[in-house]
Amino acid sequence: MSESDIGLWSVPLAMLGGAIRVSTPFIFVSLGECLTERSGRINLGLEGVLVFGAMAGYGVAYETGSAWIGVGAAAMAGGAFGALHGWLCSLPKVNDIAIGIALMLLGMGLAFFFGKPYIQPVAPDLPAISFGWWSDAPQVVAALKVNVLFLAGFALALAMAWMFRATRIGLAVRVVGDSDDAARALGLKVNQTRFAATVAGGALAGVGGAYLSLYYPGSWNEGISSGQGLMAVALVIFARWNPIACFWAALLFGGAGALGPALQSVGVTQGYYLFYAAPYVLTLGLLIATSSTTRQLTGAPGALSITR
Amino acid sequence: MTARAGVETIGVETIGLTMRFGAFTALDAVSLKVRPGSFHALLGENGAGKSTLVKCIMGFNRPTAGSILVGDREAAIPDPRAAHALGLGMVYQHFTLAGALTAAENLVISRDDPPGIVNWAKERAALDAFMDRMPFRAPLDVPVNRLAAGERQKLELLKQLYLGRRFLILDEPTSVLTPSEADELLGMVRGLTETDGLTVLMITHKFREVTAFADTVSVLRRGRYVGGGTVADLDHGAMAEMMIGDRQIAPKTGRTGALGAPVLQLEGVNAADRSGLKEIAIDELTASGGEIVGVAGISGNGQTELVEILAGQRPLRAGGIRVNGKPYGATRAEARAARVRYLPEEPLRNACAPAMSVAENISFHDFDIQPDGARRFWLRPAAMTRHAAALAAAFKVSMASIDSPIASLSGGNVQRAVLARELSGDVDLLIVANPCFGLDFSAVAEIRARIMAARNAGAAVLLFSEDLDEILELSDRILVMSEGRIVFETEGASADMALIGQHMAGHA
Repeated sequence: MSESDIGLWSVPLAMLGGAIRVSTPFIFVSLGECLTERSGRINLGLEGVLVFGAMAGYGVAYETGSAWIGVGAAAMAGGAFGALHGWLCSLPKVNDIAIGIALMLLGMGLAFFFGKPYIQPVAPDLPAISFGWWSDAPQVVAALKVNVLFLAGFALALAMAWMFRATRIGLAVRVVGDSDDAARALGLKVNQTRFAATVAGGALAGVGGAYLSLYYPGSWNEGISSGQGLMAVALVIFARWNPIACFWAALLFGGAGALGPALQSVGVTQGYYLFYAAPYVLTLGLLIATSSTTRQLTGAPGALSITR
Repeated sequence: MTARAGVETIGVETIGLTMRFGAFTALDAVSLKVRPGSFHALLGENGAGKSTLVKCIMGFNRPTAGSILVGDREAAIPDPRAAHALGLGMVYQHFTLAGALTAAENLVISRDDPPGIVNWAKERAALDAFMDRMPFRAPLDVPVNRLAAGERQKLELLKQLYLGRRFLILDEPTSVLTPSEADELLGMVRGLTETDGLTVLMITHKFREVTAFADTVSVLRRGRYVGGGTVADLDHGAMAEMMIGDRQIAPKTGRTGALGAPVLQLEGVNAADRSGLKEIAIDELTASGGEIVGVAGISGNGQTELVEILAGQRPLRAGGIRVNGKPYGATRAEARAARVRYLPEEPLRNACAPAMSVAENISFHDFDIQPDGARRFWLRPAAMTRHAAALAAAFKVSMASIDSPIASLSGGNVQRAVLARELSGDVDLLIVANPCFGLDFSAVAEIRARIMAARNAGAAVLLFSEDLDEILELSDRILVMSEGRIVFETEGASADMALIGQHMAGHA
């Protein structure tokens, strides 16, 4: 088969492949944010964590020669940022949103500072599994090359949904996120639970960052993130704080992000930059469409500072 | 009183229990005894020390002096966990269940040793077996915040029994229930004390519940034990005297004046409720000058939304509001022209800017209006303060200074300050929601007298209240709201409490 055989089919195919590629960092950041918000706290600093995780993952992978050690380092760096956020917010009269913005800027600044030496060198890539072996069409093969982290993200979404439903830790996180009073009445430690959820959420965002620098786009530079960390916050609201819905929403956002490149590949050049803005337009559109002045947000954790 | 085999029946006794917060003595050497297997009522006004007493028993407060005996043995209760280990449990006035979780999830996570991984098949079987042993059930698979208040209160009770508590403290358990729901719940509790050897200490201020369900009663006033005994030996008058002492209560204002022309008219009003899933549908509602129209209903049946509709905070899907015959959209200009005033529930949150001063809060209606009605650009702080001070004095607002932030005032004084603002000048329509929630006896009497005075001066008053006694005391006409609709209307003078209760519960 030659390229012309699949014709315009290459657009949805490229979008599917793009969705899988682009969505992975969304999956990790939004699952991290979902966990943190379910405990009743918002971490807006995940954008900074993502960028720092990308730098740390790339740097460590280059120094050690192993992409997986890089991913571990990114998770640890993300966890450290989460710990800082969690600790600061456990102090009295501290606003989690303001701290989140400060940490976002700090994370990006530190990443640019420490990341300077790693812009040129080439670090090892994360492995991908090819599901397109049955086809001869190069587009199909390219689209179905799925990174291991994407599959891990899917498994993680299922695991997190199960955790919220059927484990003590999951129920405890939900109680803490629902009401401080109810949690205290049960003898749950509100601050410790939120701290742990923020650390874990930060670690997941760090992994999302490592995917950016170690697989797609696959190099470290200062413009590596295009706001995925911030858009993940909107995505969690759109997904109504449900991990599995987070996964599908991340795919949708990924697909929107892949629209521009896919159209470009078939030669559509008009309004090219506009298509690149699709994920942002989608964010805005979804938030407006799913909000209401007269209804309460269903599914929102009751202790979250935006719903109080 | 035969306890179930193998289950202990425990009583609790306090000896000289004293609790001081700084210079303030909340409890002054209180000694009282709750016999094993009895239903004991604890009566008292707001601030009488009832909550402090039970918090000491439950280990939330460490008493300054005195001791607590559990099952005739002196017990050290440093924290709630220790109280639970002794078999003591408490059902709080506010709900302590996590609303987003289902009943089953709430019960399992509230155990002292929740399993790390919940085997739901096994847990469900155990919960069903537990429910079968109980005199009443609650739905297990619905998120708790979708349950009605009565169901939730039952679930709170079930939770304590599920956790194996033998001595239960109930803190005003019926404050959010209809009369029939309250009777049902307390009847069940009473049954548990008789057949299961449960011991109950109930905080309340409703005499009716004391006489109908309790064996013994203790009365607290200003932190002291002032009397008690067997319920059968006491009548309501004796209990009221112990509770209030010999204080003067503002006399009830009588009803005067004639019914005027219709002021507020709603027709075919339809709007979404807070969840967006149900609708608020008011086919017809009229309030005329010189009458108080009471709107009764259990919280969450659309009263809050109707107040929001009247205050312009909730868009209408259909229908219209007219005040004095003119269409009314509740803008500031319209409210001023039609002389509509509001006293929403929780006034500190809904009718005040908490950090601004009392003077500024009282001036919200007219700070930018000159006496001739023209708009003012430069404020006149001195005149504002003088005007506010005069109003505050007339409404007996007690505060450190007229310049203190209004958030520093007590609940009753915030209510008085907002009333001072809303009732100044001529009023054609007054919309009031839960005006006496959380206020003490004397403040309640005074606030109600002010509302009655506004009615007597010719205003139409629309009174929303979850307190049925308040509705019955004040209203000329009573409407009952259920599921977002007005389901019943009756004259205030001839109102049948049982019938109203049935309509509130949607059982008529």
